[in-house]
Amino acid sequence: MSYSKELIDHYENPRNVGSMEDSDSTVGSGLVGAPACGDVMKLQIKVSAEGIIEDAKFKTFGCGSAIASSSLVTEWVKGKTIEEAGEIKNTDIAEELALPPVKIHCSILAEDAIKAAIQDYKGKVADADKKQDAAE
Amino acid sequence: MNPSVYMDHNATSPTRSQAVDAVMRAMQIGGNPSSVHAQGRKARRLVEDAREQLRQVVNAPQSAQIVFTSCGTEANTLALQGSNRAKAFVAATEHPSVMQAHGCIECIPVDVNGLIDPFRLEEMFAGGGDDVIVSVMLANNETGVLQQIEGIVNIAHRYDALVHCDAVQALGKIDVDFAALGIDLMSLSGHKIGGPLGVGALIATKDVKLSPINAGGGQEGGLRGGTENVPGIVGFGVAAELARDELADMQRIKKLRDRLEERIIDVAPDAVVIAALAHRLPNTTFVAMPGVDADTQIMAFDLAGVCLSAGSACASGKTKTSPVLSAMGVPADVAKSAVRVSLGHSTTEQDIDFFISAWVDLYQRMSAAKTAA
Repeated sequence: MSYSKELIDHYENPRNVGSMEDSDSTVGSGLVGAPACGDVMKLQIKVSAEGIIEDAKFKTFGCGSAIASSSLVTEWVKGKTIEEAGEIKNTDIAEELALPPVKIHCSILAEDAIKAAIQDYKGKVADADKKQDAAE
Repeated sequence: MNPSVYMDHNATSPTRSQAVDAVMRAMQIGGNPSSVHAQGRKARRLVEDAREQLRQVVNAPQSAQIVFTSCGTEANTLALQGSNRAKAFVAATEHPSVMQAHGCIECIPVDVNGLIDPFRLEEMFAGGGDDVIVSVMLANNETGVLQQIEGIVNIAHRYDALVHCDAVQALGKIDVDFAALGIDLMSLSGHKIGGPLGVGALIATKDVKLSPINAGGGQEGGLRGGTENVPGIVGFGVAAELARDELADMQRIKKLRDRLEERIIDVAPDAVVIAALAHRLPNTTFVAMPGVDADTQIMAFDLAGVCLSAGSACASGKTKTSPVLSAMGVPADVAKSAVRVSLGHSTTEQDIDFFISAWVDLYQRMSAAKTAA
């Protein structure tokens, strides 16, 4: 199996590795796993008041394709609105990295992770609004 | 799939096959040690035999109280809360299970090697010590640094303070002698020595007045309610004896560890081995790869088939840098690039070679990436 230059570059020098504080109300966290191969991916986004993703971090344990997929996604989402980020498709990731067919599930995992992070962020905003309403 | 090299014995050590067999036999025997009938007495016998095994392994007095718990954390909690002292003086590098175990914690500062300063400890006793329990770990889980427990005991006992020692990481790696240390209480754990997960023990001299955290049905001499984890306890006893009998093997492990450190420094003179000159466990090295985040390293090593941790497994993912290293005053850029490599009974020379080549490979790749950028 041969891997693309982009893929190798991302897994040898992953961008945006790390984590942010889960309890931060401007941080959305997505934790997803693929039982099939045992990969675990944690992707976090920090969102501005205007709904722009200011920062993204990830930690992935598993195969190189999973690391590359999550690294690529963290680069892509920065500067996007959460709506735009939510539109990222696994096929875009797979295409960019030229993932071999047996590794397509890694790109699906990365799409799931970003969606889960957005979901988590939206949930926090909704909770905060509810509290605000209750206070008023 | 890459071969997997396990270098995280301080998180948990692979279960010894003899311990697995012992656990299985105990499960087949069954029985509740609190039952008075024959089956219950069989189970009771297993528990008491394991208690005696453990007592002998750590040379605790015949009169000592040995309470089996569910883990090292529970043993630490029982020690700090159950001894009913108003204040706890703990080393600044203690494990979270000690840091969180008492309502009134005062930290004893440590030096650059993570060793507590006995003079500072003495100053802390200005208001007396009979309401104090001191808790200092024998070996640090991240750095492997060994504390001078005897000296600490000398000071603390002058002020009538109790001394608890978390020996979870030390057992099986160095000789652990309860009586020689002179301590009042000691915590141990099964899974760090190749025993099963889910079992630990607190040992205390007969003079320590303990009260239970969980009184429950009055098991373990009223000090720990709940039906005993008989298979776990049996496996713990067997693993403790094996760990003691094989202590000589730690000479081999130490040579492997030292070679690993030498090779890394050879290749990367800017790499830092934390507390390299201090007395340390023979199996542990906490080594910083300059400029490369620990998270990135852990991911890359996992990909290469090497299992290791950035500091305490319990804390990883929670904090950016190790509180142990911060307490030692290790610069933040070194601390955040340090990973813990911990060897054990299953480690081979091939494992070391495999690790070194993975380390060097990553180091060179990251250096090249930095130069390119």
